[in-house]
Amino acid sequence: MDRAAIIGVGMTKIEKSKVRDTFADMAWEAVNKALADAGMTIDDIDNVVTTSSDFWDGRTISCMAVGDASGAAHKNVTCVEGDGTYGAFYGMTRSLSGSYKTTLVTGHSKGSQSISSLITNSAFDPIYERSLGMDMVTACAMQARSYMHRTKTTPEQMALVSVKNHGNAMKNPLAQLPMNITVNDVLKSEMIADPLHKLDCSPVSDGCAAVIIAHESVATKFKQKPVWIKGVSFCADSFFFGDRDLSRVKSLTEAAKKAYAMAGIKDPKKEIDVAEIYDAFSYQELMWLEEMGLADDATAGKLLEKGDFNIEGRLPVNASGGLLSGHPVIAAGLYSMAAVVKQIRGDAGGFQVKKAKTGLVQGLNGLGGQSHCVWILDQEK
Amino acid sequence: MAEKEHIIIESGDAIQPFAYTVGMYGSKFFAELRDNGRIMAVRCPKCKKVYIPPRKVCGECFVEMNDWVEVGPKGVIGTFTILRFAFIDPETGAQKPVPYGYGFIKFDGADTLFQHYISVEDEKKIKIGARVEPVFSKNPTGSMRDIEYFKVID
Repeated sequence: MDRAAIIGVGMTKIEKSKVRDTFADMAWEAVNKALADAGMTIDDIDNVVTTSSDFWDGRTISCMAVGDASGAAHKNVTCVEGDGTYGAFYGMTRSLSGSYKTTLVTGHSKGSQSISSLITNSAFDPIYERSLGMDMVTACAMQARSYMHRTKTTPEQMALVSVKNHGNAMKNPLAQLPMNITVNDVLKSEMIADPLHKLDCSPVSDGCAAVIIAHESVATKFKQKPVWIKGVSFCADSFFFGDRDLSRVKSLTEAAKKAYAMAGIKDPKKEIDVAEIYDAFSYQELMWLEEMGLADDATAGKLLEKGDFNIEGRLPVNASGGLLSGHPVIAAGLYSMAAVVKQIRGDAGGFQVKKAKTGLVQGLNGLGGQSHCVWILDQEK
Repeated sequence: MAEKEHIIIESGDAIQPFAYTVGMYGSKFFAELRDNGRIMAVRCPKCKKVYIPPRKVCGECFVEMNDWVEVGPKGVIGTFTILRFAFIDPETGAQKPVPYGYGFIKFDGADTLFQHYISVEDEKKIKIGARVEPVFSKNPTGSMRDIEYFKVID
């Protein structure tokens, strides 16, 4: 099979409110940073995939607002609605299609411009779920409860995820919420929806990220060291939240298995050096690690306490600060991807981990992770 | 530069209506709930899983379902949360009083979970696995609010 690589990344700083920037302004910044990172001009890009959500953007055909600033004029431009990792998946398939060689993928959102709970409420079934007020926090609180009940994960272990990730963010100049906090601070923060405290939840954020994905025939033509895509897969679960076993994530386990198989990874616990995963809520980091086989069932909390997932640990997880430290929905997965790309290139600055040959990125769509997209990136082709 | 106020664009009393259909499965579900206080679900002819809310297709088997079964009305709490932040009720536009319980109920005889409110009079009794029953509205209209909430009966 032909191969593809990520040859440039660019992100805006994640902020609570980018009141000075329109969607297009954010895209302009991220796209130009990605082009500079790759050593390319917009003429070197032969097609564009933008990623956005009409509900979050408060308009239909939200992709059209960022086309010009993404250099899409006179090019084949298309849109994916969902997390940026899904936009990148489509971008990769375009670069491998034979019709294109270099795909620019962007993802943006501004949580600051709406009331988040009303936006996430509208993702649910309008007849049976939406009318009762279900939203992301409510759904994830119930998922957290299920996960804790099955695995005996403690509130202290969940809080430690928040402590670790906010601490890591102090080394990442793009993060929104660098904080030096304690487990007690998390447990004493306002209870939002049992068992989730305020500091178990990611903040409302604005941001845009861009990545450039190239076919192998051109991947080394430009300035940047290519980071190779070795494996990628996404799988979806049932639409109705109540159809799923909320203490498990079958779709993530399957996506990870397929991505490992494609990358030739036999023992992910040993072979993955660094991971950026979708920690929209503290418990999710632990839950996703177990479901991807990066920790044995019901052990992630204990391994976290041992320091395994610290920047200096066996498997650094969310060394960038993760989404608990800044969560621009839609763009989020591209931020995670860019963080792993930088780790593999040795460019991660203050949050650089020691060994970063092989990295894992996880993105998700849908509340509580209805579908998951897992990437294995590598220094070597 | 002085702080500027937001530009507010209002549409007066105009609204953007959207007429979602509940479909024939939803129609039967809500009519039975309203007229007879019965909770209706559908069973997959292939995997035998009993789905609520009822719908036409079993996603696992990709087959059509027409086998109606009555479930509940009693059941157990599958999972739950207690909401403690002020929330705008999408049906009324008003702030919902907190705290309130929200949970997934597994009706007796059903295989999937049904979400609704749970009374939080005694928080200690709200646990995964606790038995519950619905409190029906005295003025049913054929909507999710024909059940007011579930209460723990253990």
